[in-house]
Amino acid sequence: MQSGRSFFRLFGSLGLVLTLAGFDSNLSADEAKKSEEATVAAAGAEVPLGEFIDQQIRQGWQDNEIEASAAASDEEWVRRIYLDLLGRIPTMEEARKFLADESPRKRSVLTEELLEHEDYVRNFTTVWSNNCIGRGAPQRVSRTGMEKFFREAFAKNRPWNEIVVDIVTASGHYEENGAVNYTLAQMQNADEGVQLTAMTARLFLGLQVQCTQCHNHPFNKWQQDQFWEYNSFFRQVGKIDHRKLDPNTGRMVDDYSEVVWQEFSGPVYYEKRSGVMQVAYPRFQGLEVDPGVGVDRRVEFGKLITQPVDGAPPQIAQAMVNRTWSHFFGYGFTRPVDDMGPHNPASHPDLLERLSREFVTANYDVKELIRWIVSSEAYGLTSQYNDKNKIDDPGAGEVPLFSHMYLKSMQAEQMYDSLIVASNAHKSGRGGWGAQEEQRRIWMQQFVVAFENDENDESTTFNGTIPQALMMMNSELMDKACSVERGSFLFESMSSPGNEAQKIQELYLAALSRNPTKTEIGKVQKMLKSYGNQKLMGYQDLFWALLNSNEFVFIH
Amino acid sequence: MSLWNNYGMNRRHFMQHMATAAATVPAMNFLSHLQANADVVKSKQKACILMWMGGGPPTIDIWDLKPGSKNGGEFKPIDTAAPGVQISEHMPETAKVFGDLSLVRSMSTREADHGRGRYYMQTSYVPNPTVVHPTFGSVVSYEIGKNRKALEIPAFVSVDGGAGQAGFLGMTHAPFVVDNTGRIRNAPTEEGKARLGARLTMLDEIESGFIKSGRGELPKAHQDVYLNAKNLMTSRQMAAFDVAKADAGLGLEAESQATKDAYGTNGFGQGLLMARRLVQVGVPFVEVNMGGWDLHAGVFDTLKNQRLPQLDKGISAITADLKRRGMLENTVLVWMGEFGRTPRINQDVGRDHWAASWSVMMGGGGLKNGQAVGATDKDGVQIADGSKAYLPGDIWATVAMAMGIPVSTVHTSKRGRPMKLANGGTPIQELIG
Repeated sequence: MQSGRSFFRLFGSLGLVLTLAGFDSNLSADEAKKSEEATVAAAGAEVPLGEFIDQQIRQGWQDNEIEASAAASDEEWVRRIYLDLLGRIPTMEEARKFLADESPRKRSVLTEELLEHEDYVRNFTTVWSNNCIGRGAPQRVSRTGMEKFFREAFAKNRPWNEIVVDIVTASGHYEENGAVNYTLAQMQNADEGVQLTAMTARLFLGLQVQCTQCHNHPFNKWQQDQFWEYNSFFRQVGKIDHRKLDPNTGRMVDDYSEVVWQEFSGPVYYEKRSGVMQVAYPRFQGLEVDPGVGVDRRVEFGKLITQPVDGAPPQIAQAMVNRTWSHFFGYGFTRPVDDMGPHNPASHPDLLERLSREFVTANYDVKELIRWIVSSEAYGLTSQYNDKNKIDDPGAGEVPLFSHMYLKSMQAEQMYDSLIVASNAHKSGRGGWGAQEEQRRIWMQQFVVAFENDENDESTTFNGTIPQALMMMNSELMDKACSVERGSFLFESMSSPGNEAQKIQELYLAALSRNPTKTEIGKVQKMLKSYGNQKLMGYQDLFWALLNSNEFVFIH
Repeated sequence: MSLWNNYGMNRRHFMQHMATAAATVPAMNFLSHLQANADVVKSKQKACILMWMGGGPPTIDIWDLKPGSKNGGEFKPIDTAAPGVQISEHMPETAKVFGDLSLVRSMSTREADHGRGRYYMQTSYVPNPTVVHPTFGSVVSYEIGKNRKALEIPAFVSVDGGAGQAGFLGMTHAPFVVDNTGRIRNAPTEEGKARLGARLTMLDEIESGFIKSGRGELPKAHQDVYLNAKNLMTSRQMAAFDVAKADAGLGLEAESQATKDAYGTNGFGQGLLMARRLVQVGVPFVEVNMGGWDLHAGVFDTLKNQRLPQLDKGISAITADLKRRGMLENTVLVWMGEFGRTPRINQDVGRDHWAASWSVMMGGGGLKNGQAVGATDKDGVQIADGSKAYLPGDIWATVAMAMGIPVSTVHTSKRGRPMKLANGGTPIQELIG
């Protein structure tokens, strides 16, 4: 057996294991078969995940007869990883430090550093708070509470399944237990939990079921009865909007809100298109829950969503993997990212399955999931096309093959934070977390368009159109970024030693995290010449132009 | 060490230079195309004003009442200026101008989800994960806007909107979203304007490298949007957004309080008034949003006390105003939401989402107005026997025809797929005469 096992190990990874059973004459046919299966499984596990990711992605290139672009330069990569992980560009010092580092392991070292950075927590808190309560100001929702919940969750790197269960089962005061704000945001209308039902499916399970409220889904397997069975888990959710006396005015004003348990048992009733009334009992993915008195259905729901379905990893794992992949690449394995299921096949199904399974095995460790993704070959590629991968253009509707990095537009929050960093404003004391968040929140509101309907959806004018361009060109924020007041980036740069070419280089590094080419320096010097003795204005205009450039606004 | 000493400047010097810089920095030619030809941009140009009723309006209580039916609700129908056409008693002013308006009462669409319904009604296509279809305002911007050389502001303006996308027609045809006050956020200061020329010259130089770096279309689209933004910022036509501004050359007057009152001193009314001014300066497509229609509860009280009085004022005012100015013949009006609402009244005295049988209103634009096309059955639950059912593509094909856009137009998606204008819809025969 000893020799047999080493043989396994030797050939297992080459996929030549099927002939092995015959080598041990002591095994019966059945045992041989079992052993064979175990060996295949062991062989599968022996392809390390990192290798598996690259293999699967490469398979897609091969199948589509394309070739991958070259690896991203350090300059391109460092800007990308800061924006994706920390939600902002690197400072000039951070970029310089990385570019000067000659260690071959410097990308994984930086990844680890950034995963421990406070801005990582801030960035993912922003992303998930927006996912849960939107960017607008839904009534009776505490953004502060929601952010506090996620801040703690990401700072401690809490397992994702625990985070989700906390959110979907949360009760209590909206600042003491910030998780309830997700639920409060879906309770803008007295709609018997319909919005909460639909949003929970979309956001945490990657399933779009909202249309099954009224009829069977036209193209996935969800039926109207399933919607209401699932909805029945949320019927025990109540809320209380507390009011208090304002001692100054003597009037009653809004105080806090809280989510409370309310008595509900038995079935829910809904109406078929035909007008016939139907009943639905709490049931999710074929698993039933006692509909009787005293059962907390959300707690039961929390247990059900972490269970595997038909041997596949739990849907919450798949949904999170898909979203997280999409966070880094701009596209997930399905489009849209929150509409998964047999009707909408994934672009890389085996990869999605393996990542989801490993995510569960890793105890839903979000940082680990991120490590897998950002250390993949695909994440390290340049965003430039080559002659052999022009068809890999998901922006034109093609299935993403990840043969080059796709451009992503900065989100408004990323833009705000990046402008702050580029202009050194982060050094001049912006106050604590709360004060910073508040300033950014106020600034954000100019871009939010709410649709006032029961789906609670919203849109943003920070979408690459004119309002965004006007903000970039003329806003107070941009004025500040290009300011030459004491303490500003331009002030620091201009008042330190260095010739013109060095100054130009610093401005490029601060804004674009890269050094200008010789040609670029030449061109800029020529333009600066026309400013005569008003060089400082020239530098100001240069910085303005760098911050307004396409290269700045895109994550590439 | 002081910043200024490095460059032989002190702060005071610097400020002086800032003030005089405009005269000395290069490339100030962006102001040169200012003078718009007022004659060209006046009333003869085709335009469309879309009144978008976000949330899904209960058309059974507004345009297609069902007296005597269990679904009929609380309102009574009244006669209008159009013989045989009745509408809600809470739309009395609109009734008076109905000779210039029409109804399509047999809309039968298939999307009863807000996002999907909005997409379907505005693009004529059902959502598809591999392509973003252009909203019809973007189609108009693409087809007509590009020929209006004198137009310096975007060809598609959305007042209080923001959902529409230009899709494969490109970012430059996306709606320019403004709020109903007409205040353009982050408009440049005079000092900002003075420095803009030099800055944009530098920007052009800097971003050209990224455009040529082989990263697809987005870097160039960024540049195009900046060009539009620059044209807008420096345009005299900006006066159209501000109802208090007069510009005789553009045919704009400062709107009197009486005019503002006539349209209604609410977001929808003021948005419509702005829309009229935008059409005056040559904008071919303006969308004005009115929300608050998702009336799952308390539908009648809300309609009677809030929604319908505003709606009635706005529609009647814009119709009469355009007519008085001789602009109605060339301006087609469309009123719609993402779907209608259930004929059945629910337990909360509300109506839910309903796409199977509902109404759209149209008007002006040289259409054969003063009629109701199509019908629903006596309870409003389905299209009446013998009545043709219409899709959003049919509405937009009718608009296209009224605006002189060939209905046979085909666009090409980014993947090279042919995309028919209005999804191949057919102009509604009764309306085009």
